[in-house]
Order: sequence, then structure tokens, then C-alpha cells
Amino acid sequence: MALDLIVIGLIVLIALFLVLLYNGLVRARNMVENAWSQIDVQLKKRSDLIPNLMETVKGYMKHERETLKEVTEARTKFLNAQTMGEKAKASNMMTDALKSIFAVAESYPQLRASENFKHLQEELSDIEGKIAYARQFYNDSVLEYNNSIQVFPNSMVAGPFGFAKREFFEVSAGERQNVKVKF
Amino acid sequence: MPELYNQIADNKRKSWLFVIFLFVLVALAVLFFALLTGFGKAGFVIAFFIALLTTVGSYYYSDSIVISSTGAKPAEGPQFRKYHSLVEGLCIASGLPKPRLYYLEDGAINAFATGRDPKHAVVCVTTGALEKLDKSELEGVLAHELSHVKNYDIRFITFAVVMVGLVSILANLAFRSMFYGGNRRDGGKAGTALLVIGLLFMILAPIFAKLVQLAVSRKREYLADATGASLTRYPDGLAKALEKIKLEGLAVKTANSTTASLFFANPLKGASFSNLFATHPPIDERISRLKAM
Repeated sequence: MALDLIVIGLIVLIALFLVLLYNGLVRARNMVENAWSQIDVQLKKRSDLIPNLMETVKGYMKHERETLKEVTEARTKFLNAQTMGEKAKASNMMTDALKSIFAVAESYPQLRASENFKHLQEELSDIEGKIAYARQFYNDSVLEYNNSIQVFPNSMVAGPFGFAKREFFEVSAGERQNVKVKF
Repeated sequence: MPELYNQIADNKRKSWLFVIFLFVLVALAVLFFALLTGFGKAGFVIAFFIALLTTVGSYYYSDSIVISSTGAKPAEGPQFRKYHSLVEGLCIASGLPKPRLYYLEDGAINAFATGRDPKHAVVCVTTGALEKLDKSELEGVLAHELSHVKNYDIRFITFAVVMVGLVSILANLAFRSMFYGGNRRDGGKAGTALLVIGLLFMILAPIFAKLVQLAVSRKREYLADATGASLTRYPDGLAKALEKIKLEGLAVKTANSTTASLFFANPLKGASFSNLFATHPPIDERISRLKAM
């Protein structure tokens, strides 16, 4: 009789432990999803500014058709992207393409003087900053989540319930190389 | 970075010790108060209601009290675009909701945060900070203030002020009632010893509580520096802002000794006469800790 009670008690304890563990994993995963949607919001904002930027720039940059095409292409790719990986890739492409536009703009003084262009440049640089922060928050959440599904005993629950490892949001190769400090 | 995580854990532990310490102190104060005054039950009831009223009041109205006492105004309009944008970025990085933003018409570089929790938080910077700091420096200062929000320092400091205030009120009341002859009971030798201990306690407790409160709020400044740097991943921005404040050495006109511990850097003119009574850690020490990260 006493043995029965002990066994039942143990089963209840283990079940309780598993429920708590599972809930913790769900919370960590939702954190990652939420962090991703933060990036997504900023990326969407940026891609919404592109048509306006193109319109402003077109009149001045007659000889930069290739550069302009790259931006539009990156935007199309971003809008058509389905998976997280595709979106990340397309947005890295857009970051690089926008960078070259602003680099080229240096040699168009009239364009740089335009109020509209200045405004867009400011807004885009604000969004770039926010994307960087959102990426930082996302990668931190992914690190926490990946840790939580890989440590023992969580790993025993994570596997059967389909908690898969998430990928970090990597910075494009171009972005890493382009860090030049100008004085 | 490991150094930083140690600092955060260490600070959290010390804050909890402080909360426990304050509870013990308040409990003792109430006990001695009842003994010394002979008020008995009435004394307990009075103390209880004073504590309840001040706690509830400061919990719900601390932000509006601080805003009106410093004269801060809501930051609206295109000239605050950069300010808003920087805070939005930092909120994304820290997972906090965006606080209400205010500014203070003052030439000194400074800032403060208040409110009862992250959902009701307020961040305020001086116009001096907006004008004299560059982007990375201002971002460092804002990250420091948001860290106060994130670490619940804004509530913690209010709580500390109220509890320390309560100990002083009790001590005060006990003295008054004794001078006016509240206690006429004869307890013999043991009674006299207790009376002396009680008196000593009532004299020393408020001073002691205030000192510990200041020590903890100095620790919290280090913690906010460390958390802020982990948000921007750029401790130099905050360090440079502190250097600018050190160089200009201006006081914030509307700050006073009560609101001083809320500010980013000591807003009162001149250093405190001793480190023990300072609201903020020495600026050089803060800079060197940031540079070591």
C-alpha cells in the first residue's frame, strides 16, 4: 500500500516536471518567433521605402542602371521569399545594394542636396540600426533556445516533441567586409 | 563579457540582501516603536497605515511626481526624431515596450528614468544631452536608462526611498512621544536596558538605512552601465558620454537631493563630502569599468 503511494507520487512528480520543462521550451521557442517578427517588421518597413527611393534617385542617376536594378531585384526577392533563410539572404542582398546606391550618390551633389533624398537616407539609416538591434535580439533568443533544447535532460523532451535547432541570422559577407572607417 | 555577467549577478544578489535588510529594519523599528511609546496596538495601526499610504501612493504616482517636480515636458515634434528612433532601436534590442519620452530644458548633460514597471516607464533626457552628445554617446546614455527600466531599478529605488522614509518617521514619532511622556511604565533593570537599546536603535537606524540605500543605488548604477553596454555592444559610447559630463561639470537646475539618485550622473553641483553619502559612484570608476569590458 505504502509502496503504491510512493510509486504514484513519483509518477505525478515526473509528469509535473515534464510539463514544466515542456512549457519552458515552448516559451523559449515563442521568444525566438517573436524576435524574428521584430526583424521582419523592420525589413518590411525598409522594403516599403524602396519604390520611393527609386523614384527620387532615378532622375539624377542616369548612368547607374545596374546598381538601381540590384536594389529592385533584392526587393522582389525579399517580397517573394517564403522561408526565414530566403528572407535573410534577400535582405542581406538589399543591405549591400542600398550601400552601393548611397556610395554612388556621393558623386551626385544635386541628388545629395535634395530634401527628399536626405530624408530617405536618414530614415533608411535609422531602419538599418533597428535591423541590427533586432538581429542581435533574435540571435540572443536563438542562442538561449538552442541551449535550452540541447542541455540534459531537456534534450530528452525536445527531440520527441519536435523542438528543432534554429539558425542564427548571419550577416552577409559583403556587410562584414565593408566596414571601413572614414575620417 | 563574462566579467559583465558576473557584475549583473553580483548586483542582483546584493539588491535582494538589501530588501531583506530593510524588512528586518522596519520590523524592528515597529517593535521598538511600540515598546518605547507604550502605544501598543494603536502604534502598530498608525505605522501600518502610514506605510500603506506612502507605498501605494509612490507606487502609482511616482512617475508623475518626478515629472512635475523636475519640470520635464513630453518629447514631441520633428526635432526629437533621432531621440525616438534611438530608443525604439534599443527597445527592440532589449525586448522592452517603448517608454514615454520626455525632455528637460537644461544645459547640463543628464537623463533619468522613472515609473513603476516597463509598461509604465518614462525616460527623460536634458536638452544639453541631446545637443552635446553624438549618436553613440546618446545611445549609451539611453541604453543605461532603459537598463534601469529593465532591471526594475525604477521601482526598486522608489521602494527603498519609501522604506527608509518609514524608518525615519517611526524613529521621529518615538522620540516625540517619549519627550511628551508617553512611556511611564516601570520595567526594572531589563526594562531600562531595553529602553537604551531601543533609543540607540531609533537614533542609528535611519542613518544606517540611508547609507545602505545609497550604497545599493551606487551598485545599481554600475549594473545599469554594464547592462546598457551589453545592449549597444559598445561600452565606449557610454564611457565617452561620462567623460563629457565630467569635463563640463554642470548641475541640473530642477534636481534636488530626493530625485538625485534617479539621474544618470549626479545632477547636483560639487561632489558629496564623502563617498559614503554619494548618490552615484565616482565617474572615473564608472569610466574605467566600462573601458575594461
